[in-house]
Amino acid sequence: MSKLPSDNPEILNKYEIVVGLEVHAQLLTQSKAYSSDSTEYGNLPNTNISVITLAHPGTLPKVNKKVIEYAIKMGLACGSEITRHNIYARKNYFYPDLPKGYQITQDKTPICVGGEVIIRQKEGGEKKIAITRIHMEEDAGKSMHLAGETDSLIDFNRAGVPLIEIVSQPDIRNIDEAYNYLTEIRKLVRYLDICDGNMEEGSLRCDANISVRLKGETKLNTRVEVKNMNSFRNVQRAIEYEVKRQIDLIETGKQQEIIQETRTFDATVGKTYSMRTKESLNDYRYFPEPDLTPVVIDEEWLQKVKSSMPALPRELFLLFTEKYGLSAYDAEVLTASKEIALYFQELCKHTQNYKAAANWVTGEVKATLNKMTWHINQFPIKPATIVALMQIVESGKVSHSIASQSIFPLLLEQPEKTPLQIAEENNWLQESDSNLLEQIIEEVIKAYPEKVAEYKAGKKGIIGMFMGEVMKKTKGKADPKISNQLLTQKLEA
Amino acid sequence: MTCQEKVKKYIQNIKAKPQLNAFLEIYEEEALQRAAQIDAKIAAGNAGKLAGFVIGLKDVICYQNHPLQASSKILNGFVSQFSATVTERLLAEDAIIIGRQNCDEFAMGSSNENSAFGIARNAADESRVPGGSSGGSAIAVQADLCDISLGSDTGGSVRQPAAFCGVVGLKPTYSRISRFGLIAYASSFDCIGIFGRNIKDVALVLEVIAGKDDQDSTVSSQPVPAYSQQLSVTSKKRIAYLKETIESEGLQPEILATVKNTIEQLKKDGHTVEQVDFPLLKYILPVYYILTTAEASSNLARYDGVRYGHRTKEDFEDLEEMYKKTRSEGFGSEVQRRIMLGTFVLSASYYDAYYTKAQKMRRLIKESTDKIFENYDFILLPTTPTTAFKIGEHQKDVLQMYLADLFTVQANVAGIPAISIPKGTDEQGLPIGIQLMAQYFKEDELLAFANYLM
Repeated sequence: MSKLPSDNPEILNKYEIVVGLEVHAQLLTQSKAYSSDSTEYGNLPNTNISVITLAHPGTLPKVNKKVIEYAIKMGLACGSEITRHNIYARKNYFYPDLPKGYQITQDKTPICVGGEVIIRQKEGGEKKIAITRIHMEEDAGKSMHLAGETDSLIDFNRAGVPLIEIVSQPDIRNIDEAYNYLTEIRKLVRYLDICDGNMEEGSLRCDANISVRLKGETKLNTRVEVKNMNSFRNVQRAIEYEVKRQIDLIETGKQQEIIQETRTFDATVGKTYSMRTKESLNDYRYFPEPDLTPVVIDEEWLQKVKSSMPALPRELFLLFTEKYGLSAYDAEVLTASKEIALYFQELCKHTQNYKAAANWVTGEVKATLNKMTWHINQFPIKPATIVALMQIVESGKVSHSIASQSIFPLLLEQPEKTPLQIAEENNWLQESDSNLLEQIIEEVIKAYPEKVAEYKAGKKGIIGMFMGEVMKKTKGKADPKISNQLLTQKLEA
Repeated sequence: MTCQEKVKKYIQNIKAKPQLNAFLEIYEEEALQRAAQIDAKIAAGNAGKLAGFVIGLKDVICYQNHPLQASSKILNGFVSQFSATVTERLLAEDAIIIGRQNCDEFAMGSSNENSAFGIARNAADESRVPGGSSGGSAIAVQADLCDISLGSDTGGSVRQPAAFCGVVGLKPTYSRISRFGLIAYASSFDCIGIFGRNIKDVALVLEVIAGKDDQDSTVSSQPVPAYSQQLSVTSKKRIAYLKETIESEGLQPEILATVKNTIEQLKKDGHTVEQVDFPLLKYILPVYYILTTAEASSNLARYDGVRYGHRTKEDFEDLEEMYKKTRSEGFGSEVQRRIMLGTFVLSASYYDAYYTKAQKMRRLIKESTDKIFENYDFILLPTTPTTAFKIGEHQKDVLQMYLADLFTVQANVAGIPAISIPKGTDEQGLPIGIQLMAQYFKEDELLAFANYLM
């Protein structure tokens, strides 16, 4: 196979990637967007349905106010302007999983306009990805094609489930930014508790608008829309492939073959394919939905939603780095999940040793959650107990290794006990009595005269061997700091 | 007469003249059973407001567990799983539903000739149309087949057949009555309307079915007055008539004369009657046809053969062919014409030239209609340019057919209430209707004045 232009890093490097993402987030409302049918996931096919979902003649949509509130929350989180007079629109197209033959969405008056999502860069620092709009719409049903069957089956449980579509500006310049943007969006919807953010299950879906241009150019070239990417990694792969495809066309003089079209990503081969032009040239014939009166969001309602906003990941990140003095890395790990961040905040109510608290959460606590595949809600040890454990380490009653390797595992089994109780019961309280320690150290020094000679000859590292012996004799309870001091004193004497 | 006797009489009348084809189906046994129950209630003194009213429903109004198909093949075999809000309210007040009534397919037409169940005949002259689209509903009241019919009026579909059949036909303010359970033609125009032989019955039914409904977000929450209790006119009124309507080219001389006589009568009674200009009249039909077909093209997309109703029995290669065959077989030619027109005016390249422009014109028509009501209580005009025409007369000329709605669409474009009342006959003995329009939610004054005029 002959080499493609994009195989040459120099050629690749001439170009700039221009990507905008459209993210669909399925909202966690109890009922559907325009009917009172349940949205519960995993029910038997065609059980969450009614005459409204099935678009029987004579039915009318009914607005679910929760959908509006969830959309407002996302807008507030992105710093968008909230549209006060919301007109619904119909997007018309025929497909068996679309019962009405149109989708109720928003066209000219999206509920949120403008705003931005701040992502953290790999090399440190931040970048703002501008948001064009966020609008409300409804999901379609699911068509199923069973092997060996000529007929397709349709499950309408998902039809009418509310979605918001978050449309970014074409501000994304590489695949890491795409990944970080999606991570940030997922974090936001999870913090806001408006979507479970699960891309594999389809509750978060992403389409990418992709084009390339020579570095330094300012105008946008023809963009291609790529659909059907069901993981963050696949979004990256699709962008990677599509960018190379476009560069190769330009480099071989076939730029005109880059047309505004919709392509689908096939994850098994890692390529994008043109969808039938018929579909991509669909004229959706948008017009204002005459069955729903415009929804007006007044100041009172907006304030009510504002006051129900939880702390956002960015606010917590700034709190952790600026007020608690944590590193950006620690703060990032702690805010990756809302529940962990809140757990950490709870810890910080009982201690000011923020760094140690962060180490406990990012270390032992997270490791346990991973190992047990627990959600933090299932984690048995209360934040106050972790603080108590930190305190007996700080006061020298137990060593850190006893605390983390011995007491912590027992606390998981007996979370009602205090760390001190466990330490006492197991005789793990540290020997910090220097008289007793001195006695033991002298014994150890006497037992190894030749090692003492080596030490004195300059082989200072041998102190580790003496420490080991002290620990053996005290069953690990010797305070390492004090033991080290005493040992050095004796050996230097 | 007991309810049972009345239902029996109506069933007899329906069966005696099957050629009228007003009813697609009569719920004979059910209506008789219900009549017996309501007779018992009346005897016990706990019957509802509409006890003894025998009512027919146009085949676009849902009645749970009863067939419903908008006189279209595309809904063959369809049974409604719920009742319209209006149906529930009628039943709650002890009305008896006697059957479903013939109409133009999906309420599109002015002669009832577009029904998959065949033409219906005007009882005044069986060689003539009853008007449409609610033709069967008008005949049913005209020919003594029931007390009241509920129809739907998107551009005149209650008032025009009421005029042709010599009965009362009311189209209330848009949003006065819930549309939940009304098969949609053009959602921003559709109104459930009422046919009756007198104003009092119509007023009583309106007060039962009108008002707020959680199932329809577009319905008004304005309180519903007791219309039937306030049917007398106590003051002198100001009435406008539109120059462009009485000077309209195709206006039948006897109808013009009827309007003029009415004007004279009103003046004699001390009311103020004045001519006003309404130069926008010529834009009303184009605006109506652009906007209603646009909405219809979307509203009728759900009839796709996937979930219910007709699906082609022929073989099909793919989904698209299934859609095409199903919809070509299921929809009649007028419905297809309107779907195509609506799809066209909404398409990206023509949207601004047609849809946007028509929306703007709709606003202008609303505003200038509103302006007239700053100075006048009512607008008086003919309901139709002619009396009932012959069956088949306009079949070749769609535009001529569309002109039958010239005077009725204004009320739908503006959303105001309007009523047609019978006022004599022409030289051939065919009924003439005159029309009154009033300001938004002034059904009380409109009904009272119509009552006085009758």
